[in-house]
Amino acid sequence: MLDFIQQLVSGIALGCVYGLIALGFVLIYKATEVVNFAQGDLMMMGGFFVFTFIGLLGLDYWLGFLFAVCGMAVFGMATERVLVRPILGYPQFSIVMATIGLGYFLRSIAGMIWGTDDLKIDTPFSNGVFKIGDLVLAHDKLSVIVATVILCAVLYAFFNYTRMGTAMRATSENMLAAYYMGIPVKRVVSLIWAISAAVAATAGVLLAPITFIHSNVGLALGLKAFPAAVLGGFGSIPGALVGGLIIGVIETLAGFYLPQGWKDVAPYIVLLVVLLVRPQGLFGPSMRKKV
Amino acid sequence: MRFIFKTDYDQDIRILKHSGYWWSYGILLAVLAALPFVVGSYLQSQVVFVLIYAIVGVALMILTGFTGQASLGHAAFLAIGAYTAAYLQKLGVPFIVYFPAAAILTGIVGAMVGFPALRLTGIYLVIATIAFAFIVEEILARWESVTHGNEGMRVRTLDIVGIPLPRDGEAFYFLCLFTLVGCILLALNLLRSPTGRAFIAIRDSETAGKSMGIDLAAYKVKSFAISAAITGLAGVLFAHKMTFISPEMFTLLLSIEFIMVIIIGGAFGVHGAVFGAIFIVMVDPFLTALKDDVPVLAAGIASSLGMASDAAGKLRDTMSSIGSAAGLKGAIYGLIIMMFILFEPYGLYGRWLKVKLFFQLFPLYKKATFKRQKTYVKSERNR
Repeated sequence: MLDFIQQLVSGIALGCVYGLIALGFVLIYKATEVVNFAQGDLMMMGGFFVFTFIGLLGLDYWLGFLFAVCGMAVFGMATERVLVRPILGYPQFSIVMATIGLGYFLRSIAGMIWGTDDLKIDTPFSNGVFKIGDLVLAHDKLSVIVATVILCAVLYAFFNYTRMGTAMRATSENMLAAYYMGIPVKRVVSLIWAISAAVAATAGVLLAPITFIHSNVGLALGLKAFPAAVLGGFGSIPGALVGGLIIGVIETLAGFYLPQGWKDVAPYIVLLVVLLVRPQGLFGPSMRKKV
Repeated sequence: MRFIFKTDYDQDIRILKHSGYWWSYGILLAVLAALPFVVGSYLQSQVVFVLIYAIVGVALMILTGFTGQASLGHAAFLAIGAYTAAYLQKLGVPFIVYFPAAAILTGIVGAMVGFPALRLTGIYLVIATIAFAFIVEEILARWESVTHGNEGMRVRTLDIVGIPLPRDGEAFYFLCLFTLVGCILLALNLLRSPTGRAFIAIRDSETAGKSMGIDLAAYKVKSFAISAAITGLAGVLFAHKMTFISPEMFTLLLSIEFIMVIIIGGAFGVHGAVFGAIFIVMVDPFLTALKDDVPVLAAGIASSLGMASDAAGKLRDTMSSIGSAAGLKGAIYGLIIMMFILFEPYGLYGRWLKVKLFFQLFPLYKKATFKRQKTYVKSERNR
């Protein structure tokens, strides 16, 4: 039983990681209906940024964290301006391909700049553990869980209760109508990319002590976070968290209880089953066809 | 400029629209038939890969280009075709049997993927096909009694009724060429039949298609099955060309490469598949050649412009170290995808059509002919 709880807890920690990356997918999708396949690679870039600030320039952890997040926000805005804005409004699949291309590009550029070795940084969360009875929880994992929950709550409130959040939802619903209502659509879209890249950077910084920083970390985690976002229903912020938790817990438990090989496949099987029953994901709005 | 006066319906759906087609495609076929006797063995082998990629491109064109169903799982179909061939060949089944058998099996699997796809659109479909591809990859790695797991499988030399077709030989080249031509003819014939028109209607508007009486479910499954079956054929040829197959050859990256084939080629005509295949396969040797030649060339230019010889040598070394950096290929791949989507959305075939039209209309060509309508994003959620 203790084994089970321990596995469950580490599954939840893993799930929060996926949830945090999935949050980035969901934000961009929610505002612009663009699916950003390079989200994992933005996270990887965040990790490298923080390594540059803390590991190479020797800044304080929190200052480096702040700089990395701000730097990635600017980077996200630039990406939107250069790559996404010219093709916004064209078929969704071409935008998906463009972001896949961006992912390829970022991975190799990061590999060329920072090398292909695993990098690591010292953080205030490294090496500490938290104990409840026999249950052990490392501080770095706990920090991910806490950050994910806080970010989810803040962003949920932002989308539902602020003027800007409402403008973003309106933009996603119908861009033309949003223009007519006087919403600065271009600025909204830029901002959403900045927020999404900042969330990705946060994930990258928090993951730095757990997974280390290397150029392929984004692809591996992004490919798991993506089903999480779909499972929760693309476009739902709590959905991203729940989807991430489900994928994380299933993966961990399958790795523990099922024969080897199930660990990597189980999340996808669950995903396919859920999509068969509810094509719009768990928390997605029901889709209705209009002519 | 040629004007064709159409007087009956058959003229409208004819594959070879006018006598010019006989000439141009006849010459193309003659060149392709002469090719293996002219070029070296390396180039011939690259052309065989072009042909195999083009077969997959045609398959994806039917599914993505004409039915509008995105798929990032075609590497899995290729894998199923390849493994079926390898396994049946090991059991002693002749090529004439396992070639169609691989297509049929892959087609059945494709139809099975098509069923969940009925309810999924857009990004949900993409992720479902990715999930399917991962599951297939894992099955191939685990089902060791059939696939030998991660050790991979050797594929023996192809042999048709006792005549061996080594993978480097001309005969194998012609087999690939015949398969590609057959698949293209199949695709063209399909697209001018009611089935093909139903596919196009589904791509353009599901709602409109449905109200015209098109059975969406049946046609989507058909499209998946046909596309998968053709990819299965390509898989058999791929297995024989590689002579060794293992699960890690059929990853998501290969699926992305296949999608690149049709995006770079232009996802609106069968020509695009061939153009894209040529580009994708040839970009690799081209980059290798570039890596060797450009630094030397640049240093030569620099020294002829009056740069000191040691500085020019240094320039050459820096450039070749950049050129041989690991991962440069990925960066260039990424750039190519982004550039094509941003600046050449109709792909190479679109460029070809533009150039052709420019000369046909010579002084009167308008740029706006091919301008895409900019639309505002409308939510897919209630489309």
